[in-house]
Amino acid sequence: MGSAKQVDPAVAAEQFIIRDKVHEPMHDRFLWAVMQRRDREAAAIPEWEELREIASQIKEHTLTHLDRYLEEFEANATRRGAHVHWAVDAAGHNEAVHSILRDHGVTELIKSKSMLQEECGMTPYLEHRGVKVTESDLGERIQQLDHQPPSHIVFPAIHKTRQDVAQLFARTIGTDPNHDDPHFLTEEMRNNARPRFLAAGAGMTGGNFAIAETGTFVVCTNEGNADIGAAVPPLHIASIGIEKMIPRVEDMGVFLRLLARSAEGAPLTQYSSHFTGPRKGGELHIVLVDNGRSRRLGMLDFWHSLKCIRCGACMNTCPVYRRSGGLAYGATYSGPIGVILDPTFDEFKYSELPFHSSLCGSCSDVCPVKIDISDQILKWRRVMAQKGYLPFAKRVSFAVAGHVFGHPEEYHAVEKIAEPAVAHAPHFLLYNRSLNPWTRDRELPQLARQTFREWYLANRSTHAKPEHRS
Amino acid sequence: MATQTEATNPVPFSQGMKIGLFIPCYIDLIYPEVGIATLELLERFGLDVGFPLDQTCCGQPMSNSGDEVNAAAAERLFIENFKTYDYIVGPAGSCVKQVRCHFDKLEQTEDVRHVRQGTYELVEFLHDILKVDSFPWAEFQHPVALHNSCSSIRGLGIAKPSEIMGPAFDKTADLLSKVKGLVLVPVDRPDDCCGFGGTFCVTDEAVSARMGLDKAHDHIRHGAEYVVSPDMSCLMHQQGIARRAGLDLKYIHVAQVLNGGPF
Ligand code: SF4
Repeated sequence: MGSAKQVDPAVAAEQFIIRDKVHEPMHDRFLWAVMQRRDREAAAIPEWEELREIASQIKEHTLTHLDRYLEEFEANATRRGAHVHWAVDAAGHNEAVHSILRDHGVTELIKSKSMLQEECGMTPYLEHRGVKVTESDLGERIQQLDHQPPSHIVFPAIHKTRQDVAQLFARTIGTDPNHDDPHFLTEEMRNNARPRFLAAGAGMTGGNFAIAETGTFVVCTNEGNADIGAAVPPLHIASIGIEKMIPRVEDMGVFLRLLARSAEGAPLTQYSSHFTGPRKGGELHIVLVDNGRSRRLGMLDFWHSLKCIRCGACMNTCPVYRRSGGLAYGATYSGPIGVILDPTFDEFKYSELPFHSSLCGSCSDVCPVKIDISDQILKWRRVMAQKGYLPFAKRVSFAVAGHVFGHPEEYHAVEKIAEPAVAHAPHFLLYNRSLNPWTRDRELPQLARQTFREWYLANRSTHAKPEHRS
Repeated sequence: MATQTEATNPVPFSQGMKIGLFIPCYIDLIYPEVGIATLELLERFGLDVGFPLDQTCCGQPMSNSGDEVNAAAAERLFIENFKTYDYIVGPAGSCVKQVRCHFDKLEQTEDVRHVRQGTYELVEFLHDILKVDSFPWAEFQHPVALHNSCSSIRGLGIAKPSEIMGPAFDKTADLLSKVKGLVLVPVDRPDDCCGFGGTFCVTDEAVSARMGLDKAHDHIRHGAEYVVSPDMSCLMHQQGIARRAGLDLKYIHVAQVLNGGPF
């Protein structure tokens, strides 16, 4: 396990909130609106819940027969003329990509969004080795120009206002800083990036689904850049996580209906491109990446997270994510899915993430493949507690509280002798550091003059007798 | 919502059964009127209600933080206190959810299974078990915003979560609609979490407070005078936020409305 410092999402989220009166409310409102659209689109499909169940079952089936489907995919993709590479980890993936580029003498590549390539840290790796990498999708390009990772897996720059983008483009591609019309900004970015499409020696994509029976992979996008990246340069490299397998073409009917509706409240993404073998005169390489996935598959409590189709709905519905911004999670994956994935990469570094949740459970209900996200968050808390990663104050106070709650006579004694500070506080809040966090934005509730128990003894004492063992 | 069915008491309810009153620690100390309203309400239906005096806490603060070791003593005591009752009723969704869904690290003896399956949140008990169709003694002439807690909605299934598709239902609203004079105001985000979340509200103070403030504004924007909930813990947090922000909202438990007080 890594030894990097722990990420503190609570502090980072606070920064996002107190930064100004614009960013957090905008972020929350935009994503809430996406959720509203998602709810409307889902409600228009009578068999929505059945679709979720089928999708979940297909994924469970595939994951529990993954070896078979991976080999089937490899055989069929190879038969169609693709080159299939296997990468055990991020380093293996990056080396594979780099050696393909080197063999073809490519020094400039254009890529569309891929969370897996983010996960592998591919761009800095290639740039270190003299390869110029350009993101072709608007949100990703914004984040690249700002030297930030994506803050959302579907809307990478959603934490930024258009004024932020206008300022950023003014600094980086020389536009007018006061011109923040989104159409203008999009056009400027295109004009800036398009020449690179032509200069690039290779195009890289990810893959949303990999179909075992045909060796096809499917890329779902709205801007169509993946298609240009795959169609213009002679070399196409796709990075695909091994969990992306599905058995048959017809399964796509289930996933395509769920994906865009869940992701953005639209019936379909603008482009759902199927790539089966290289195009005429071109070359296609597929890098299948494990990077901890097979280890995750062996984790009884957590393997279901591999069903994820990266729709981002759990992030949009998450009340904590909406107020935090994705960068607060300090990891490749943010929001509820990040909370359950990130600790599989580094338990210590991401040990605070499972506590950055109110456990409201909305993520589990929205997830199109029915991942028990909220339950997994609680299970991760148990792991962190067992590993001794709970904050010290919590550990000590829980030990005291655990003892007192188990001993009624001590509990009632504590109630009686409550000090003035305690007398104004719900005592289960007192285990945390101090009362300051409660009172910063909240008034304290008042303790009642008479507890319910005292009232009961005074008013219903005859009833009390039979249950009272002393 | 598998938890809901699993928890259904296999023993059908009959009038002479013994009901154990589960009053969570913070209600005992801060909101005794909620305990009184719950007890009086159950007694109005002629039930035999007992209150085990040795109850402390259901273990939720520790369990929710993943600390099962320190939660265990409280959980075992809960079982001891309530194992002799046919049904256990508590006016607190999140505490009932703790018993029903998260007493899973204890050895699942017959007593543990019985207590887990027999523990009901008050609204569920009135709606599903007693099937109450009127509260003739209750009257409430105020516009009310309803706050069903996340534990109650997504943990116990007392209302349809907005994310799940299918026919809408809301057991709390159902019961409140039988109270004379009471008007439920629609709100923009009825089941967006208010940010209480147990220890979350202090460990993640800034986010929690922002969620609570958004909630209070949603309520006040729609003309609510009262916020009514089956979960007083959410209200404790919301009330603290509203008071600090100077928002004129009153917070009471659904038991107080259905029983006609005490307020
Ligand atoms: S966990 Fe579920 S809701 Fe979240 S991104 Fe993955 S598929 Fe979508």
